[in-house]
Amino acid sequence: MENEVKLTAGAMVTFAIAASALVILPYIQVRDVAPPAGLKPYTSAELRGRASYIANGCMYCHSQQPRSESFAPDAQRGWGRASVPGDYVYDKPHLLGSMRTGPDLFNIGVRQPSKDWHLGHLYQPRAYVPGSIMPAYPYLFDVKDQADPGEETLKLPPGHAPAGKVVVPKPEALDLVKYLQALKRDYPVLPPEPRDAAGAQAPAAAAAGKAS
Amino acid sequence: MDSAILSLLGAFLLSILGLFVFIWSLRKGLLVENPKAASVIFARGEIGHADDPALGRAQHQRLAAAVAEPGDTAHPPDAQEIAARIAADRSSAFPVFMFIGFACMWLLLGGIAGLTASLKLHWPDWLVSEAWMTFGRIRTVHLTAVLYGWITNAELGIIIWLMPRLLRTPLLGPMWIMMGGALVNVAIASGIGAIGAGWTDGLEYLEMPWQIGIFFAAGMVCIIVPVMYTLVNRKVESLYVTTWYHTAGLLWITLLFIVGKMPGVHFGVQQAAMNWWYGHNVLGLWFTPVAVGAIYYFLPKIIARPIRSYNLSILGFWTLAFFYAQVGGHHLVGGPVPGWLITLSIVQSMMMIVPVLAFSINMGLTMQGRARLGLYSPTLRFMLFGGLMYLLSSLQGSFEALRSVQQVAHFTHFTVAHAHLGAYGFVTMVLFGAIYFMMPRILHWEWPYPRLIAWHFWLAATGILIYFVGLSYGGWLQGLAMLDASRPFMDSVAVTIPWLQWRSVGGALMVASHLIFVGHFLAMALRFGPTRAGAALFSTKPQALELAHGE
Repeated sequence: MENEVKLTAGAMVTFAIAASALVILPYIQVRDVAPPAGLKPYTSAELRGRASYIANGCMYCHSQQPRSESFAPDAQRGWGRASVPGDYVYDKPHLLGSMRTGPDLFNIGVRQPSKDWHLGHLYQPRAYVPGSIMPAYPYLFDVKDQADPGEETLKLPPGHAPAGKVVVPKPEALDLVKYLQALKRDYPVLPPEPRDAAGAQAPAAAAAGKAS
Repeated sequence: MDSAILSLLGAFLLSILGLFVFIWSLRKGLLVENPKAASVIFARGEIGHADDPALGRAQHQRLAAAVAEPGDTAHPPDAQEIAARIAADRSSAFPVFMFIGFACMWLLLGGIAGLTASLKLHWPDWLVSEAWMTFGRIRTVHLTAVLYGWITNAELGIIIWLMPRLLRTPLLGPMWIMMGGALVNVAIASGIGAIGAGWTDGLEYLEMPWQIGIFFAAGMVCIIVPVMYTLVNRKVESLYVTTWYHTAGLLWITLLFIVGKMPGVHFGVQQAAMNWWYGHNVLGLWFTPVAVGAIYYFLPKIIARPIRSYNLSILGFWTLAFFYAQVGGHHLVGGPVPGWLITLSIVQSMMMIVPVLAFSINMGLTMQGRARLGLYSPTLRFMLFGGLMYLLSSLQGSFEALRSVQQVAHFTHFTVAHAHLGAYGFVTMVLFGAIYFMMPRILHWEWPYPRLIAWHFWLAATGILIYFVGLSYGGWLQGLAMLDASRPFMDSVAVTIPWLQWRSVGGALMVASHLIFVGHFLAMALRFGPTRAGAALFSTKPQALELAHGE
């Protein structure tokens, strides 16, 4: 190879093929996906909560993509049905996640609707889940001698509340919990067309997994 | 259309295409070896003259004696060509020093942030009082600092240094490159500050807010233009394989970044597909080609023998360009994305075995019977370790993409271990070796404490091996526990704890090696330490250091 034009052009062609396959084709394929009838847009409080979910990097340990039963026991763990592209119509940016250091949260609002639980768990996860390695988020709370009028205080399990003080959630914590409570994809969706579905090859993969 | 018919048709078209490529390569004589093109990195008469600037005089003589083979000529290399190379080196010295200096700073910061994040996973109540300290932010600071700060800066430095050398022409427009480097580093610093403050785009590998990303992209353009200008005005006829890898890598990363960062275009699951295409291709089309290109230069240069098969390296380049670019969708296995996209990426992951084997066979044949040279040259040791880890991490990656393996490994620390084997075991080790080779030429000053280089190597190598083995095993256990519906989810957390602790041990060794490396770098830049060769810049014979190793 002694021609820099050929080199550059060749490199651009391979790049263009890849970008067409992995960026443009998916764009065309899911461009017209309509939101399922049961899915509501986020409220502004939920969107603020979503922004703190992103700012604090929750998605690095929690996925938001339950998979089909043929692939993994996500449904049996109570994480919900396999998600479909329509579930994500209002998600900007996407928060599918790549790790399950903690459980999937796509349906945490169904599984754990309690606001008190969420607030306390954010303040000290180990007060609710022994052995949890989720960080505590004390900076989302104020610890003071007594609550001001109109403020709500945390009801923490015995032994976890600071002695003689009350714990008051900051607005950021309240919004974050509103977002978590809103993570409910329990409405029905049409099953994806079998050939198009990500899980279509999964039974074969599962069989291969057992064979090996 | 039926997927079976589609895949048969695809296979048919591919075989026809393959046949044409074969006929074309026969006509072009690509199946006949081309030692002349492989020797383009050497000055006339330089083959057989070992070259490792990181060594002291006595050690260098030992290396030269070990490299010598029957049939070598005793003639010194062509002085005129060496002088041209010194001029090329001088033209790039200042920008390269800038990139390497920034890279070292980010390496130190990124390593410490990484170790902090690792410790936080088994000490969850440690450093939680401030928002910027939380795991989700420190982890991202680590990623941005090492990927963009360390690897990208170091690779830019290597590209800018090798380009004039390989083209045998002084670097054109160094001031533009320095401005580009300043913009890139402003973007990295602002990006890290933004992430610490909670301002992020929220996409893995693309966290840097797009407003800051504009500076990064503008900086890359300021670097590409002078590089292309130098390329067009070169004095050498044949482009060495390193030049292709580096030129293509520069163009790829810039385009990737622009496509990935385009605001308001990507949405929903399409954004997820784009996200992982980008995430995988930062490694595949930027880190890997530049590091592979660096091995293709430094390894034969140190042992003073051309690579065995030049044409195999061409095959490696084009197959990497084609296959690697289409990888990434498999990160969404089982997810709500079209199945064909995942399958395509899995197939191309397996196809990546072709370029990896092309590289490994080539290096294996070049090093055949010469592996003991690694004992004499720490720079070569870094390159050999990196090359071997490239083979291992790529083969692992190919098989890890398979659905049956991903069923266990997906969403676990196994993937994290794999990513570190590639980015650290392979890429970072190669960058270390290249910096040890380049710096004496850039600063005209020898490494003051050569023993530290060996310490650096062994700490880093032991660290990454502990990290990789421990975390892979822990990640696999985690995956098995998650897959077993009869076990509670918390089991999958509990089984990983001892291995997360081992990861911190490995990480601490790696950070210790960085402290040694950066300290050594500073000692050299500030002219500390015993004067061994003296500064060629102030000596009466400015070429003494360069020629000392050529003779």
